[in-house]
Amino acid sequence: MPSVTFRVFRGDQTGGELKDYTVEVQEGMVVLDVIHKIQAEQAPDLACRWNCKAGKCGSCGAEVNGKPTLMCMTRLDTIDTSKPVTVRPMKTFPVIRDLVTDVKWNYEVNKKIKPFTPAPDTNWIMYQEDVDRVQEFRKCIECFLCQNVCHVLREHNEKTGFIGPRFLVRTASLEMHPLDVENRLDMLKNEGGIGYCNITKCCTEVCPEHIRITDNAIIPLKERVVDEYYDPVMAFFRRLFASKKRPETAGTAADD
Amino acid sequence: MESYTVHDYDVLVIGAGGAGLRAAIAAMEMGARVGVVTKSLLGKAHTVMAEGGMAAALGNVRPEDNWKVHFRDTMKGGGMLNNWKMVMNYTKEAPERVRELERWGAVFDRTPDGKINQRNFGGHSYPRLAHVGDRTGLELIRTLQDHAVKLGVHAHMETTIYRLLTDAGRVVGALGFNRQTGDFLVFRAKAVVLATGGLGRIYQITSNSWECTGDGFSLASMVGADLIDMEFIQFHPTGMVWPPSVMGILVTEGVRGEGGVLKNSLGRRFMFDNIPERYKGEFAETEEEAERWLQGDRTARRPPELLTRDVVARAIRKEVSEGRGSPHGGVYLDIASRRPADYIKKKLPSMYHQFMKLGNLDITKEPMEVGPTCHYVMGGVRVDPDTQATNVPGLYAAGEVAGGLHGANRLGGNSLSDLVVFGRRAGIAAAEYAAQQSGSFQVDEAQVRAYIAEALQPFNNPQGENPFTLMKELRASMQKNAGIMREEGELKAQLDILADLKKRAWNTSASGSRAYNPGWHTALDIRLMVEVSEAVVLAALARKESRGGHARLDYPDPDPQFAKINHVIKRNPDGSLSVVAEPLPEMPEELRRIAEAKDLKELSEPVGV
Repeated sequence: MPSVTFRVFRGDQTGGELKDYTVEVQEGMVVLDVIHKIQAEQAPDLACRWNCKAGKCGSCGAEVNGKPTLMCMTRLDTIDTSKPVTVRPMKTFPVIRDLVTDVKWNYEVNKKIKPFTPAPDTNWIMYQEDVDRVQEFRKCIECFLCQNVCHVLREHNEKTGFIGPRFLVRTASLEMHPLDVENRLDMLKNEGGIGYCNITKCCTEVCPEHIRITDNAIIPLKERVVDEYYDPVMAFFRRLFASKKRPETAGTAADD
Repeated sequence: MESYTVHDYDVLVIGAGGAGLRAAIAAMEMGARVGVVTKSLLGKAHTVMAEGGMAAALGNVRPEDNWKVHFRDTMKGGGMLNNWKMVMNYTKEAPERVRELERWGAVFDRTPDGKINQRNFGGHSYPRLAHVGDRTGLELIRTLQDHAVKLGVHAHMETTIYRLLTDAGRVVGALGFNRQTGDFLVFRAKAVVLATGGLGRIYQITSNSWECTGDGFSLASMVGADLIDMEFIQFHPTGMVWPPSVMGILVTEGVRGEGGVLKNSLGRRFMFDNIPERYKGEFAETEEEAERWLQGDRTARRPPELLTRDVVARAIRKEVSEGRGSPHGGVYLDIASRRPADYIKKKLPSMYHQFMKLGNLDITKEPMEVGPTCHYVMGGVRVDPDTQATNVPGLYAAGEVAGGLHGANRLGGNSLSDLVVFGRRAGIAAAEYAAQQSGSFQVDEAQVRAYIAEALQPFNNPQGENPFTLMKELRASMQKNAGIMREEGELKAQLDILADLKKRAWNTSASGSRAYNPGWHTALDIRLMVEVSEAVVLAALARKESRGGHARLDYPDPDPQFAKINHVIKRNPDGSLSVVAEPLPEMPEELRRIAEAKDLKELSEPVGV
């Protein structure tokens, strides 16, 4: 059996170092298999977060040779194993230990988004073509790789005035739900910080679910915010035709 | 001395998959203070891996479907060993639980007239599974997660329960530790709901995530709760078989629901040769008829690929063992020649993605190779069919960890709706019980201290064994000796192996810090895994017949005597386990008529229930 060398980050918030482990590998193995093999044979305390090992839970995000990816979906034959393979934790979040990061910020951000609010008298009829784009957003497995690569979060650590691509997608999934009547544009403009996004599409590139985050979620939301707050003509027409999502209601409903 | 934090709740829910979250929601709606403990982050529980859909007789696609047909299909699929009252509660309530998810924001695939669409699945007489492509579990868990967050749920993420705490014979809380820090937590609770999922990780080839180590069965049994039907393990017929590192990963039954067919190396659709007597007449007998069914001809019968999972898994095993398997020891599952590429990508996107990424295979062009994988346990903690209460006061169980609903074999799609029907019932009953408790609850400090010392013991045992080695031995031996086909000699040998592993499980070693330490976690998991494995093997030895998910080489046929009993696993005062055969609960005559109905048309008529 051929062997590969993995250079894995070992450490915690106080610092750490890359350590080399050489393991034998077989056909079809993914990066997570190698990490598990190191655990079982060489370093039983090597920390990594994982659940399903099938690309469905989004737990095992890490940076493999600098590229943010799910370790369970990264086959060894898709990376260069002729030299040591570097595996580091996601950079944007504080390290707990080794490859495990503290992602609880995301769970706090999520609470800022007003929940699904259907019209009280809806008959629940929705056509497939009307839910297709919402279903695209709901494919998100919350791996937070998009948050990890977003430069607003990664380089500028703007974690108070910006919710990041994951939660822009989640907001889009609610705003574009055919039966939702809540208005989240005020949140997007203010604490959501949608203006920070300058559509470099890094998030879209790393999304393991291939959600077109920038094109289908963020840009349409930006347009809605612009229409709402910066375009007097659109605002006039909207009021004229009494859109269900009136700006006047924004922010007045309690965030329950 | 080791310190710990104390957390007080009316209802403590252990597990944050579909059943746990639904229980938490129900208990919160009853006004209870609710804490949820989960070994993972919120939204990552094994429920997220469910693919095909959730069964409920909504009648959106076929109006002739109703709870009675669903009742009959579920009982029949379960070899009639199901707890009839659970099945009745379940089939009657499932449609409302599905509609409720939609009201909470779930977005299911739609019918042309804008209702929740339903797909075909094995053992279901009509298209019955509400679904979202092949990622229905994700939709379920995200919807419940969002709704629980909206209600203000308190979640302890990445926290493992080590033991339940008892006082005077009732459950009064639990001891756990935070995986991120290794710090201990004591939960004082008036009622505890176990929603810990299954035990697939005791087998080597499994579709289950790491979390499915059978904690709940062992935790419950250790405080005296009965287990039931533990011999019935579902081996899902279609797991990936190649490459080796992905062996066991699930290939949804939805592939067959959408028209996929199984073929052996000779190109023969072998399921036509494997229709059991009890299903004769209900399935297509020629490829031509099966083809007409796929084209929507309602006079045609369903293809035999949609037989129940136990039947299909054994048929695949037979093809492989008789030399008609695929190159990597499976059989072929072909959707490529049945449906256009765009349709496959739309209806089965995760499968397309999974095979492309992990197997270098385009399922819109080539057949997949598949074989059986340990997927589910039908048995579990014995519960009251209405309240999910166990025989230990204060302890409730819901979802996969609870037994009774599925009998000897679970129909695909019946798990996700099980979670929400019985999660809700458990949450309500636990909150009601908690509200009635006025006396003081004592957590025994000495008991807590002793458990903490036990849990930390691997750190003080440098000469102990590598826990990963034990884990590997346990899983390989269960696979070999208590797997899809069983016989007495191997099962007995497995009992000896387990006795040995049980001793060694208390002599493992952990190194490094307590923060997020997988070696330590594995050392503690093993202790619970050997307990539940023993329950499985004891029940499997006792059932000298083949039925549903339990197949014996030495007793290959169903035995009418065993059709009348469930096996209950009881904890003896000395700590050992024994198996007690108990007669099935008596089913009312009206329900028996429904369960045994041959002609589905009878069930569209009022049957007097």
